Formats: sequence, C-alpha cells, structure tokens
Amino acid sequence: MSLQSDQSPTAAAGSARRTFLVRLNIVLSAIIGAVITLPGLSYVLAPVFSTSKREWRKIGPVNKYTIGDTVNVRFEDPSPKKWAGVTAESGAWLRRVTDDEFIAFSINCRHLGCPVRWEPGPSLFMCPCHGGVYYSNGDVAAGPPPEPLHRYPVRVRDGFVEIETSPIPLTTNHPV
Amino acid sequence: MKFLSAAWHWLDDRSGFSDVVMPKLKHIVPQDARWWYVFGSATLCAFIVQIVSGIALAMVYVPGGDAAYQSLEFISQKPLGSVVRGMHYYGATAMVMLAVIHMLQVFLHASYKFPRELNWMSGVVVLFVVLGMAFTGQLLRWDANGVWSVVVAAEMAGRAPVIGPEISHFILGGETVGGSTLTRFFAMHVFILPGLIFAGVGLHLALIFRHGISEMPKADQPVDPATYKEAYEARLQKTGVPFWPIAMWRDVVFSTFVVSVILGCAIFIGPPALGTDPDPANIHVNPMPDWYFWWYFAVLSMLPPELETTIILGLPVVGLVALLSLPLLFNKGHRAPSMRPWAVGGVIFGLTAFVVLTIYGYLKPWSPEFDVEPLSASVVNSKDDRVLSGALLVHEKGCLYCHNIDGFGGHRGPELSMIGDHLNEEGLVIRINNGGYNMPSFAASMTADELSQMVEFLQTRTDHPTSTEPLPADNK
Repeated sequence: MSLQSDQSPTAAAGSARRTFLVRLNIVLSAIIGAVITLPGLSYVLAPVFSTSKREWRKIGPVNKYTIGDTVNVRFEDPSPKKWAGVTAESGAWLRRVTDDEFIAFSINCRHLGCPVRWEPGPSLFMCPCHGGVYYSNGDVAAGPPPEPLHRYPVRVRDGFVEIETSPIPLTTNHPV
Repeated sequence: MKFLSAAWHWLDDRSGFSDVVMPKLKHIVPQDARWWYVFGSATLCAFIVQIVSGIALAMVYVPGGDAAYQSLEFISQKPLGSVVRGMHYYGATAMVMLAVIHMLQVFLHASYKFPRELNWMSGVVVLFVVLGMAFTGQLLRWDANGVWSVVVAAEMAGRAPVIGPEISHFILGGETVGGSTLTRFFAMHVFILPGLIFAGVGLHLALIFRHGISEMPKADQPVDPATYKEAYEARLQKTGVPFWPIAMWRDVVFSTFVVSVILGCAIFIGPPALGTDPDPANIHVNPMPDWYFWWYFAVLSMLPPELETTIILGLPVVGLVALLSLPLLFNKGHRAPSMRPWAVGGVIFGLTAFVVLTIYGYLKPWSPEFDVEPLSASVVNSKDDRVLSGALLVHEKGCLYCHNIDGFGGHRGPELSMIGDHLNEEGLVIRINNGGYNMPSFAASMTADELSQMVEFLQTRTDHPTSTEPLPADNK
C-alpha cells in the first residue's frame, strides 16, 4: 500500500514533495543549530564589545616618593571579579619628576607585552623576553619594540598619587 | 560457563563486534609495514595518557584567579598528584614529539600521495590542534609564566588587521588579565580542542580503513593515480598480513616503551616546578614558553620590527596552508626518499633549524643578563684606581647585561674582552655616548668623569694584557 502511494499518480507531485521536504530539513536544521549555538556564542563574545569603565586608583601618599626615583607600584582593575584574586592587579613604573609631577609607565613591553624592569644603574627599562630596551623617558633604545612604553594617566589628589586604570596597551597595526 | 558463552553470543550479535569491529582490526596491511609505522599508534597512545591523566587532574584543579595556582601546588605536593601531573606533562611532550616524528616519517616516505591526501590533511589539522593543546596546557599552570603567555598571545593577536584588538580582548576575557581570563583557556583546553582532536583522529582512522596502510616506498614503484589502487590491492592480496594479531605487535611493543618512559619520567624526574604566583603586577619574572616553542621564541627575537607583524601572523597561516596543500600539489610520482632529494634536504634543513633555534631560544643571548656578577679582581687585573672604578662602572651601568668580558656578562652585544685593540679612546667615547648598532646611548646616564674612568678601564682590555701569567708561545 505504502509502495503504491509513494509512486503517486503524478510523479511531479512526489518530486515537489521531496524537494519541499529536503528544504524543510535543511532550513529547520539550520534554525536548530542557530538556536543552540547563538546564545552561548554571544555570551562568550560579549567581553569583546564591552569596554570596562576607567577608574582612578589611589597608589600612595605623594611624600612617599623621592624625586627622580622610579618605583614599581600596583593597582587593582576597575571592576575586579570576586574570584580573580591576585590576577586583578596591574603593575606600573611610577616616577616622581618634580614636586607634583609624576609619570606612570605601563610595565608591558611594546614588543609582545612582557614585563619590563627599570634598571637604575644604566637608567634604562629592559625586557627579559626578547631584549627590548627603553630610555628613561620610555623611548625605544634597542631591541625589537616598535613603540615607546605606554604611559598611564596619573594625577595628584588630596596628597595622594592616583593612576587611571587602562587596558593592556596593544601594539596594533593601526596607529591611534 | 554456558550462560557466559550465551551472554557473549547475544552481546556479540546485537553489538556487531565480530561482524563489524573484528574485520576492521584484521584489515590487511603490507607485510613490510614494520618499525617505521609505530609512531602514529604511539601518538594515539600518548593522547589516551593525556585524556586519563587530564581527567584525574581536572577533578582537583580549580580554574580561577588565585585558586588555580594553589590547587596545582596542592596537587604537586601529594606523591600521586605529582605523578599524575608528571604523566600529563611528559605525555604532552611525548604527544608533540611523536606527532612530529609520525609526520616526518609520512613525509619522507611520501605516504601522503594519492589516494591518501586527506589522511595527511586531517593529520595536519590535528597537529595544529595538538600544538594548541600544548600552549593552552602550559598556561593552565597559571604561574607567572602562564599569565605572561596569555599576555603575549593577546599581544600577538592584537596585531591582526582590523579585528586585532577584538581577538585580543576575547583572549583576555576583557581588557586586562583578570578573573575571566583563565576559565577561557580551561574551556578550550578541556572541551574545544580535545573535541577537535577526537573528530580529527576519528576521520584520520576512518581514512586508514578506506585507503589502507601505505607500503614502504620503492624506487621502482612511483604512484600513478590511474593504476595505483588496483596495483596496491593486488600486492596486498598476495603479500599482506592482518593487522590483528600479526602486524600489531610492533605498535604494542613501542607504545609499551612510550608509556613506560612517560611514567618513569613522571616518577623519577617529576612535573616541572611551578614558577612564581600569577601576579600580573610582579615584574621580577622571566617569561619563557615550554621547550617546544623555544624555536619560535628565538625567531621572535630576531625579526626586524617592520617584518614582525607579518611574520607573527603570517608564519602559522603560511605553515598551515603549505602543509595542507602539499599532497594536492605533489600527489603522484616517486615516494622513495632516494628519488626525492629536495624532500630529504628539506627535512634535514628543518630539523637543523629547529635544533639550532631551540638551543638559541634556551640560551636567550639577546636577553639582558640581569643577574650578572661584578668583574672579579683577576679579570680586572689592575691596581690603577681609575681603572678599578671603571671596572665597577661597566657592571653598575649595565654594560655587562649585554657585553661579555672574560666570561662575565651577557651576549647581546659584542664581547669586550679585547675591545682595547679595536677602539681607541675617541672611538670608545663616541660609541658609549651615542650608542648605535642597537646599543642605547649612555650620554645622559653618566658623568664625564664616569665615562672617562670606564674608557680607561676598557682600554686595558687587550689581547696582550700585563698579565702575571706567561703568555702561550703561539699567542698572536
């Protein structure tokens, strides 16, 4: 019986039904796939499109810092996750230039992001990864880095040095 | 007994073990498929080590912030935890090495030619995923090295055109390293990449059954796609042997050796020590990848800035495309290494480059020698006060970070042990003040007197020192 009905009187009608069913299967499968993957995918991709707010972080009292010295300081991300622990911290090299003028260099080498060290003897920042070297003003002195060290915004408020949090400086191809 | 036998027959009939699985196990392989052919199955065996030890680790490991590091310390302190972590580490090493050796064997024997092009291509994809596993795995240790590996990965991705920053923020799980960073790599390492490996290995094995194991290459048997399949089948019917149980013993013996070495290393050497804790603000770290990426680490140090972005982003893509297109471009002709000098030469060149770059990456001669000791009195070998203070200055001012004097110091710049023979006072002053050839200028960080003391010291560095020891007779 079923065999009979498959070979329906008009072959064209059967063929049309078959084409319709093929399309239905493909379209519905695509919809199922989208329903399953899109919410998760968008959730995972969300951090890409959100920019975290910036915040001024208190570093320490102004008189803690000697003019001319460059010291390693740390501060917390603008909105740290409760479980982030120590990974919510960022580092900077803070230099007191005059009574009320400070410079805060990012510790990230502009080559590939490794942490640079301030070497007071030669007055240079040096990177342990691929030998990037920067002068005391952050300009490239030697090695592969293509750009000077990034500087964080820094200010003095109520006797405290404050640094404004920023994203990890990326050496991109598009000059900003 | 009778019941067991009946139960087995029922299970065998319903599951199809004898009908479906056994014929696969007994598939006919060339009788000359001997010790050369053990590396693929050994790679699979190492992967199984990774699955089992990885699941065991995942039961205790906590993928987050401080906790990951603490949980790994906990795992490493327990004897069995240390063994399991060790197995996962040496298993990873074995898997990367065996996958590459397997690939080299297939390349040298040109087994990728018709009709096994897709076998090769699926293997290439799996190899890249395995390298992804190695990279994500080393950073799950989540010590300082782990954190900086993520930063370096984000910086590399950030150089991609147009969407670089977006990829970079996806990798970091935000704009900086933080609470969302590690979990992404954990998910990649335990779900996404292993899933891809399962799929890739599944296809890889299915294709073996479809096209059969290739024979050892013979110089008088070049591949002709028009006749290859019939000729291969005919030869196999005449001289082939079943994989189970005849041909398989070499695979089993070699895999026994592999798992024994993995377990032995895990017990007697132990897993790699954890670095310092994952504090992104700590600058006293010396980030370095695991050994299989040292060659790339070395490449990155040598690139001129204008080529850098192209190579960082282009090298993996070009490598992948070249490997994938290899069997499509060269799918017929000779398989024997003796008839393919370019292929053999390429492998020798590649392996030499790998070894040289790996050693170079390990030594890191381009990196400042931060911990260099001051020059010893015997090296300075002078009673002149100004020369003595000059010798202190080359340490204090960081010259020795990059320059070597009689065994003290780094190797980034030229050795200075005999600089007095090559540069006069004026030359030394100019070079130190102005820098040049990738050397910083020191004009701003030294007083005139410090400079002249340093120059006086450097001028005593000659091939004919006023040494207390007699010079060898043949010294020029």
